[in-house]
Amino acid sequence: MGAVVVTDLTKRYEHVEAIRGISFEVAPGEVFALLGPNGAGKTTTVEILEGYRARSGGSVEVLGFDPWDGGTPYRDRVGIVLQESGLEAAMTVSEALELYGGMYSNRRDTKELIELVGLEDKASERIRTLSGGQRRRLDLALGLVGDPDLIFLDEPTTGFDPSARRRAWELIKDLTSLGKTIILTTHYLDEAQYLADRIAVLSAGKIVAEGTPSELGANAGESTITFLLPGSVGRGDLPSLGSTVDVEGATVSISSADPTQDLHLLTNWAVDRGVSLEQIQVRRPTLEDVYLEIVDEGGNGQ
Amino acid sequence: MNSSLVLLWRQIRHQNAMFWRTPVAAFFTLALPLMFLLLFNVIFGGEEVNGTPFAQFFTPAIATFSAVSATFTNLAIGTALSRDLGILKRVRGTPLPPWIYMGGRIGSGVWIASISVVIMFMLGWLIYDVQILWENIAVMVLVFVIGIATFSAFGLAVAAVVRSGEAVPAVAQAIILPMAFISGIFFDTTNSPAWLELVGNIFPLKHFAALFVDSFNPFLTDPVLGWNHIGVMIAWGIASLIVATRFFIWEPNN
Ligand SMILES: Nc1ncnc2c1ncn2[C@@H]1O[C@H](COP(=O)(O)OP(=O)(O)OP(=O)(O)O)[C@@H](O)[C@H]1O
Ligand SMILES: [Mg+2]
Repeated sequence: MGAVVVTDLTKRYEHVEAIRGISFEVAPGEVFALLGPNGAGKTTTVEILEGYRARSGGSVEVLGFDPWDGGTPYRDRVGIVLQESGLEAAMTVSEALELYGGMYSNRRDTKELIELVGLEDKASERIRTLSGGQRRRLDLALGLVGDPDLIFLDEPTTGFDPSARRRAWELIKDLTSLGKTIILTTHYLDEAQYLADRIAVLSAGKIVAEGTPSELGANAGESTITFLLPGSVGRGDLPSLGSTVDVEGATVSISSADPTQDLHLLTNWAVDRGVSLEQIQVRRPTLEDVYLEIVDEGGNGQ
Repeated sequence: MNSSLVLLWRQIRHQNAMFWRTPVAAFFTLALPLMFLLLFNVIFGGEEVNGTPFAQFFTPAIATFSAVSATFTNLAIGTALSRDLGILKRVRGTPLPPWIYMGGRIGSGVWIASISVVIMFMLGWLIYDVQILWENIAVMVLVFVIGIATFSAFGLAVAAVVRSGEAVPAVAQAIILPMAFISGIFFDTTNSPAWLELVGNIFPLKHFAALFVDSFNPFLTDPVLGWNHIGVMIAWGIASLIVATRFFIWEPNN
């Protein structure tokens, strides 16, 4: 049985149809990432799962609870890192972890958490003195303080410097090795690629693609061959390859369904003409390309 | 249930720590009423009523006001501000029962109100020879408890109805200052127009102040507990509680 089961979920706000019938399941121990452009409905979905917002239609079950009326027993088992939330600026970092930790029936040690998110130097500083990224790390620690079975992370690493982000990733990976289930939203595709077992792409309130990172990548078909157009040849001199050829300035990019064949033709042609193809490379589509493609389609479809 | 009490105690201590670490709040709640006390004495100097210093009457009146600042004003503004900052939303995502969070805020307000009132009477006693009538102590404490309970609930009701944290301080002051003027806190209202008397009687502050001042009045020999006064306060308390529980939201409104 899924840790999270969402069926035909809809959510209307006064003027917006934010979620238009989405369904997904998350298995225990899985990391599930929601991607999608601003306003796609990620936060709305996550906050319905967290029990903050009422749904307009469909059904939602998380750890066997209906989050909307799960109350204290439900919240004791989930950890929440909101996209935006506040903290008493006059508290110190360790006071906050003590206070919030004390609300849960299981709790993680304050010192250990502070080390985990790398705030050792700030442990007894007032929260008002933290930088944006440091506050976000405290948010993350507070999401873990109740030793939850399921953790919601709404853009958890926004504002992190690259090393803090790496560290957070390792932290999240470690959580999964303890069997925790994680629901993550992010705008960083590398983050989704690195962390997620499964990804759903939301666009305008609908799931427009879903799968493992490699499944999503595999569906995206074409590779791209790029090189610099040699000065001595014009665009018309290029061999015909049966693929789309774009020339921007001196850069040629070829979308190729069969890069082996096209590359062969191209290099033969270049050797015959005695020119060299500077900076030639073949690139598999990244998750980012796939994402942009999917979201563009989703955007056109509405 | 033992653990609920532990949680409540921690919340009270936490809110209290936050209060003392916010000097502005501490100043307005504690120092301002004390300034009133000193100013009043400058104005009314050595006036006496049948040989009793006038301070015997205005000290408990201003003490009422300080108790109301520590509960009503403090709770309305503090809660709305925390909501705007998203602190309430975060708390709502934890297993802490909402009533314990609110209980922590109220408990800390009550504690600060008590401190404020005690300081006021200490000063009144030291400087102006204000006397506590020990035979009335039970009535005094009862009135104080009902009064601050009422005004705590009222403060939360204001935070429930006014959703913008920016508006709440203005609204809270706009409620409490005129109410103080028509409730005999700063001057006697027995000579004011009848309609103003009536308006004053509708609101709870006048009743709180009247009972509290009466319990310091050495000329009153009869039982000083006016049940009609108590009734009005309790009615406001219950109505506020209903409004607060019915309309309160935990998320910032933006
Ligand atoms: N409380 C609200 N009241 C009215 N409309 C809302 C509310 N919250 C969100 N919306 C609307 O619902 C849609 C989805 O918003 P949501 O916050 O879920 O997007 P998101 O995917 O999390 O975006 P982002 O990447 O910017 O965080 C948007 O059109 C937004 O304007
Ligand atoms: Mg969002």
